Amino acid sequence: MTQQISPKYLLSIYQPDGEAPPPEVLDPIMANLAALNEEMQAKGAWVFAVGLHPPSTATVLKAKDDDVLMTDGPFTEGKEHIGGFTIIQAADLDEALEWGRRLAKVLDPLSVEVRPIAFG
Amino acid sequence: MIDEIFRAEYGRAVSVLTRLLGDIDLAEEAVQDAFTTAAQLWPVRGVPPAPAGWIITTARNRAIDRLRRESRGREKLAEAALLQRGPDAEEVQDVPDDRLRMIFTCCHPSLALQAQVALTLKLLGGLTTAEIARAFLVPEPTMAQRIVRAKGKIRAARIPYRVPRDADLPDRLKAVLAVVYLIFNEGYLGKQSLEAEAIRLGRVLAQLMPDEPEVWGLLALMLLVASRREARLRDGEIVLLADQDRSRWNAEMVAEGQDVVRRCLRWNRPGPYQLQAAINAVHSDPPTDWHQVVALYDQLMAIAPSPVVALHRAVAVAETRGPAQALREVDALDLDRYHLFHAVRADLLSRLGEDPTAALEAALERAEHPAERDLLRRRLRLAAADQQNRAGEHDQDQHDPHPGRDASG
Repeated sequence: MTQQISPKYLLSIYQPDGEAPPPEVLDPIMANLAALNEEMQAKGAWVFAVGLHPPSTATVLKAKDDDVLMTDGPFTEGKEHIGGFTIIQAADLDEALEWGRRLAKVLDPLSVEVRPIAFG
Repeated sequence: MIDEIFRAEYGRAVSVLTRLLGDIDLAEEAVQDAFTTAAQLWPVRGVPPAPAGWIITTARNRAIDRLRRESRGREKLAEAALLQRGPDAEEVQDVPDDRLRMIFTCCHPSLALQAQVALTLKLLGGLTTAEIARAFLVPEPTMAQRIVRAKGKIRAARIPYRVPRDADLPDRLKAVLAVVYLIFNEGYLGKQSLEAEAIRLGRVLAQLMPDEPEVWGLLALMLLVASRREARLRDGEIVLLADQDRSRWNAEMVAEGQDVVRRCLRWNRPGPYQLQAAINAVHSDPPTDWHQVVALYDQLMAIAPSPVVALHRAVAVAETRGPAQALREVDALDLDRYHLFHAVRADLLSRLGEDPTAALEAALERAEHPAERDLLRRRLRLAAADQQNRAGEHDQDQHDPHPGRDASG
């Protein structure tokens, strides 16, 4: 199956704002995450994955008339924001959900949103 | 005539065409085209010997015509899918798997339950959007939007059109059965058409998955509950099981339901639907053997424990061990928000010679269905009269003579 016709999915990771967990909690999670990413790569599912700096470091831009307005902070209010994401290719939603399920287990208790990519 | 064939064959035809075209909307358009043609031809030329096959072949040809005329992007894709396969022959046959694929797609767990229900009724039941909207008391545009959005998700997210692999089948099947049972329960006190539709879907499932005992369990449960429909409602008022005119039970449905229950027993792979069906089979064979009912509820509690099951079990316990024991069990349940909890308490209290008024009022506050509210109001009036009699006659022993009631009616 070629990359062009294989659908891609965005797996967004939602995490609460604030301090990251201490290393003794975080380290094993990151190790498991790395292992999952490797498995995704080995199976040809992995396309791209990133972790993000906290939402307080974000800047929102919006065009208004000739100007572009700038706001400090993330676009959405709230206590949880995207902390990172993985892009995968999968044959169908079931396959994508299976990877998403694995990711959610590694990142327990964070939520993972699986969303089909329309183009790109 | 065409309406009947439409209802009976729409799901089959759309399922086959979805496989051929790779798109549900295209499949629906093609099948509707074919029925429009049938409405013109059949009254003149007569109904063909195999109407379903005729509809499917015509729909397929219509789809090809349409694809040749138009050249929108998604249809090009579908055209490719269609032309990859050889012509006619086996493809337009009803592969039994097609409707199964459709059922599992409609009931995919990534879709909201309401969307699963709407899609199942639309694509497999052949109900129109307007009919589904009416059945669920939702404005038609709301229901239309719900269906469009769900179909959009199926297409964009690529919800697969296939029967789940064995490892996933038990969970996925549970979701399918839950959707059919939900449709049935929507019809329980209301639309008979929904009840009948759920039974029809249950029969299709049993035909497609004959080795799944829970599929048969659900069918039997629905048949046995539906068999009492005529007796259950008198002028829109609920009649409790013990007070029902048994001559108004549908004997054919009782017999078929009991037959299926016996078949399930031989399988000896009990599940929640089979056990509920077995309980209803006992009720369908009066006088009810309450010890057997309690034993079946014990089994149900063992595999699918819930406070609601415990409440129904307590109703049976009232018959085997008396209302005092039943009341102790009911009072231990955390079901304050459920109207039947209070209705059952009221019944037990009055059988113990106590005033059920407060419990009936609590039930009335929580009940939503008009027929259930009417029933509770009637019982409140009876309770008030009873209290007056008592005050007048100082008769402490006058119990509500009403024997067992079963909430499953």
